[in-house]
Amino acid sequence: MDPGSIKQVSHHFANRARWSAMEYAFWLAALASIFVCGGYWTEISPLFANRHLILTEIAWLGLFALSLDLILGYAGIISLGHAAFFGLASYIAALLAKHAIITEPVLALVVSGFAAALLGFATSFLVLRGSDLTRLMVTLGVTLIMREIANQIPEITGGADGLQGVVIAPILGLFQFDIFGHVAYVYCLVVLFVLFLLARRIIYSPFGLSLRAVKGNALRSGLIGISVNGRLIAVYTLAAFYAGIAGALLAQTTAFASLDVFSFERSADLLLVLIIGGTGYLYGGLIGAVIFKLMQDWIANLTPQYWQFWIGLVLVLIVLVGRDRIGTATAMIRTSVQRAVSRLPVPALRVAAPPAEGR
Amino acid sequence: MPAALATQSLEKHFGGIAAVNGVSLAIEKGARHALIGPNGAGKTTVINLLTGVLRPSAGRIVLEGEDITALDSHHRVRRGLARTFQINQLFLDLTPLETVGLAISERMGTGWQWWRLAGTKLEVTEEIVDILSRFRLTDVMLERTGNLPYGKQRLLEIALAIACRPRVLLLDEPAAGVPEAERHDILATVAALPSDVTVLLIEHDMDLVFSFADRISVLVNGSLFIEGAPDEVARDPRVKAVYLGESLNA
Repeated sequence: MDPGSIKQVSHHFANRARWSAMEYAFWLAALASIFVCGGYWTEISPLFANRHLILTEIAWLGLFALSLDLILGYAGIISLGHAAFFGLASYIAALLAKHAIITEPVLALVVSGFAAALLGFATSFLVLRGSDLTRLMVTLGVTLIMREIANQIPEITGGADGLQGVVIAPILGLFQFDIFGHVAYVYCLVVLFVLFLLARRIIYSPFGLSLRAVKGNALRSGLIGISVNGRLIAVYTLAAFYAGIAGALLAQTTAFASLDVFSFERSADLLLVLIIGGTGYLYGGLIGAVIFKLMQDWIANLTPQYWQFWIGLVLVLIVLVGRDRIGTATAMIRTSVQRAVSRLPVPALRVAAPPAEGR
Repeated sequence: MPAALATQSLEKHFGGIAAVNGVSLAIEKGARHALIGPNGAGKTTVINLLTGVLRPSAGRIVLEGEDITALDSHHRVRRGLARTFQINQLFLDLTPLETVGLAISERMGTGWQWWRLAGTKLEVTEEIVDILSRFRLTDVMLERTGNLPYGKQRLLEIALAIACRPRVLLLDEPAAGVPEAERHDILATVAALPSDVTVLLIEHDMDLVFSFADRISVLVNGSLFIEGAPDEVARDPRVKAVYLGESLNA
């Protein structure tokens, strides 16, 4: 056996899972946002205004989109009903706090996530069979059912008025939620980061690899011994857990839950977020959430009534142009600049160009 | 001793058409068995039934004395039954390295592990390299499978089945569409299979069939027409009429 090849193989796998500079940059930026966007230095510049409220929304939306990416980007399951898990956990987190069943938010968060996972497991059998269209309809149907159940038991859920009078206790008994959203943001960001690390670990594991195989060719996957249905059930349940955590974060940071958590728009927007950011590389949902929320916020300031028009337009453009082509265009521009520089008659520039490129 | 793989009155109907009609086949352990027949005779349907891609309308499938008729594909693979496809069924976005690793990992029962990075288990890595070098795929092991030339993809198709370490291997036209220059590689790997592996071969290339098989079954219109040693089958005038004659005229 060739020890060189074995070394090469191990090296290849290790490299694949290594953190890239861009990833470090992303999370450092997230960390920096706690301080820079906290409104602590507003006297220096209005640029440092407090944006923790919208950042909190971005954090749980990013987690929610990450959850959809796990099934869509890695297992090829499309869903128009991811709000079912989000909503269930949202209500459970609010109810646990309201009735003081579990007051500690972190524990309540985990319990709510598991409740969503249970619903995910129970409904996973419905998405196993059928094509994309069937799955869209089945997931949509499950969410409609969940919404109607919540609507029909107002004595528990508060019905159309929503669940009011929820008081969220301090996190770990130490950090009380404040009206500026500082604690809420750090809380959401930490939860997002921890669950992201877990998702990243899973994606690069043998299990994660088998998911990509199932997505690529379910027929052959079964014929090399992969339990296709087993893997789909597992990842669907995991994604439901993630969606549930996102929903519970919403309930805990707003101390409120309403029928809106099950709304069709929520599932549809989520698909939009993921398409904006791109699927299958884990950051798509997070980047999509940042773009979507900021764009929504910015356009809503310009034209409060027509912001959906612009969001729609951007979506159409993204799909028409295609992310691949955006990538190709950037690469082409880079090469042509490189070439133009190398053709320049100035020798000094020609010499200087390659190291600049390598940096 | 029970046959390595046997079917009893196997039937498959698509609507009113009987694609497979009462096929009872017994493949002895260690055999090099060929299943031949004109186009549309139902050969690939038989393979699909054997591997659980299709469910039979009636009949039983027995692997090493155990009824596997109701089992899912992946359970059959774990019991030692693997196959290749006439038209490549590969993971185009994965590398040959990952592809072969998947099959080995499943066989070792580590495919569910979610907490460990893929590629950190030395025994899996060693076996991947071993199989890839046997199939001369080491030089392309880090490339996207979809970008490989057809001949290499064909080799990977067979390597993937071998990685399942089957006791019974079903080869569905392994040399189909392979350029003459690379054909030799395929035939060499098929010939080099361990003798304790039972092989059922579907093939149109009669030179390959007669040089490889020690037993031949002829399937016509979904039914077994004749079965015997290669020279018996070759001599049989009825076989010439339905199969060899047809292909000679074509």
